Amino acid sequence: MTSIDITSTDPTTMSSDISLLDPGHKAAGLTASNVACWFGTKKVLEGVNLDMAPGQVTALIGPSGCGKSTFLRTLNRMHELVPSATLAGEILIDGVDIYRGAIPVTDVRRRIGMVFQKPNPFPAMTVAENVLAGLKLSGLKSTRSERDDLIESCLSKAGLWNEVKNRLGDPGRALSGGQQQRLCIARSLAVSPQVLLMDEPCSALDPTSTRRIEQTISEISETITVVIVTHNMQQAQRVSHRCAFFLAAENEPGRIIEEGPTKDIFTNPHDSRTNDYVNGRFG
Amino acid sequence: MKVPKSLQVDEIKESPSPPNDSEVRINPVVRRNRVDQVYRSIAAVSGSFVFLVMALIGGFLLFRGIDALRLSGWGFITESQWAPDMGGAFGIASLLPYTFSIAFVALFIAVPVSIATALFITEYAPRRIRRFLTATIDLLAAVPSLIYGLWGLFYLQPRIITLSKWLADNLGFVPFFKVNDDFGTSLGVFPSSTFVAGVIVSLMVIPICTSVMREVFGQAPPGEREGAMALGGTRWGVVRDVVLPFGQGGIIGGSMLGLGRALGETIAVTLIISPSFDAKWSIVEQGSNSIAALIALKFSESTETGISALMAAGLALFIITLLVNTAASSVVNRSRSGSATEI
Repeated sequence: MTSIDITSTDPTTMSSDISLLDPGHKAAGLTASNVACWFGTKKVLEGVNLDMAPGQVTALIGPSGCGKSTFLRTLNRMHELVPSATLAGEILIDGVDIYRGAIPVTDVRRRIGMVFQKPNPFPAMTVAENVLAGLKLSGLKSTRSERDDLIESCLSKAGLWNEVKNRLGDPGRALSGGQQQRLCIARSLAVSPQVLLMDEPCSALDPTSTRRIEQTISEISETITVVIVTHNMQQAQRVSHRCAFFLAAENEPGRIIEEGPTKDIFTNPHDSRTNDYVNGRFG
Repeated sequence: MKVPKSLQVDEIKESPSPPNDSEVRINPVVRRNRVDQVYRSIAAVSGSFVFLVMALIGGFLLFRGIDALRLSGWGFITESQWAPDMGGAFGIASLLPYTFSIAFVALFIAVPVSIATALFITEYAPRRIRRFLTATIDLLAAVPSLIYGLWGLFYLQPRIITLSKWLADNLGFVPFFKVNDDFGTSLGVFPSSTFVAGVIVSLMVIPICTSVMREVFGQAPPGEREGAMALGGTRWGVVRDVVLPFGQGGIIGGSMLGLGRALGETIAVTLIISPSFDAKWSIVEQGSNSIAALIALKFSESTETGISALMAAGLALFIITLLVNTAASSVVNRSRSGSATEI
């Protein structure tokens, strides 16, 4: 397999050892230590320590407004895109800090992909172009046949290939909501991320699409570490290996109350608040 | 017995199902309260006021110009001389190309500059600089065109004609930059040209174009922006794949609004150009014209027929700018502005 010429202005980037279309690339572990977040002067998250092991699915659960999405967005430096947003602490990917300049921010985001709550395919692009958008956006070069392979393999992994293989030239917007979301997953997979962050990816979708996406998650989790924010307790139980329960007391920043193997969190939580939440007694 | 097809259809048409009382469709009655009615009529009156003014201007120009148009007939479009006062022929055949050349020179400069400025403001500039730049550009739009004209005449023109000369010397094979001068290209043939006027007008157009484009670029859906960022997109990647496709309508619409402004620009052009009625390809050579400048120059010294001819020229300008601006706003409205990807 030919590796891809990666255009980068910074010779110290670590991207050169990632090759596109390489099924053998390794899932990476993420470690958050003592992370705190602010929007302006309002502290929304504090003291978050979490290990997201390679090849595992970690679910972040908790009531709305407890900072799970904010935490997720710190993991690939999307947090800082909000004006006035700041943070403290450390996020490491395979032991390397992502905030202190060791890896260029564009590489951080390529290695740690993200799927959003609302499907956001690029409307000016076709289905196929949407899948390849990441290559174009980050200036990765590829040959025609590599691109064709990539389109098919990514759409297949996202469980969308059969539905769209005859509509690759249609605009991405012409797909249904569930298909759009799977297109967004395929788009994220195309740049060979080592970690995929998913921010309530199924909250706007019907049950069938939700099931397909959960299937995709369990398939890709062998080669990609997945971190998923979800409000759906069944979903957390179905897809995740580990769970972290976030909670924010009134007018206080959110923090992790409890974290552990999914089975323990749901059947045998240590904290009574976790027990109440997973059993639907609040939130 | 065989029944012809057409007859069958007729039969069906002639026997509609009897009207069913319970299915008579209602026409919902809206009873507005007094306050609502008052506001509604005030708003409606102000809204129609715009159309009234528009119609009055158009009607006035037509009314005052119709005598001259009767006199010249089609010659008004085909004749390039302008001598209505001496009973001679007059027409806008040379004025139109000159008017559009000045406008196109202005857009040629203003559009790229405006796109780049708008992108810098929305995509690259830190917040404080963004606010400062926006305010400064809006301020530029507020500078009276007479000031631009004076500054252009006394400051910019003596300097920019060296560029004109360079264009003529090096790109003289292009008809636009060709200069017919028996004595070689001395600087003396370059002032008061279409090019100089266009450069000045571009300065007036840039603020308009920039603010339209800035507005549209700023509306590029945050969801798509973030999607592009999350794929490892560079700033330029986001601009190219999200902002520019989204802002297409704004670019075209902003440019056409600028065109409308450039076509009608009067005083600065009047100050710069020396009127010429022989249309020519060269934009750098002395001598240019525009409908607006002609009206400003000739108005005070015209007889009755001359005034009427100027009114007719004004009518032509009015119609052209109206068309350009209508086209511009329809392009801006048809663009995706405000419609992010929805489920």
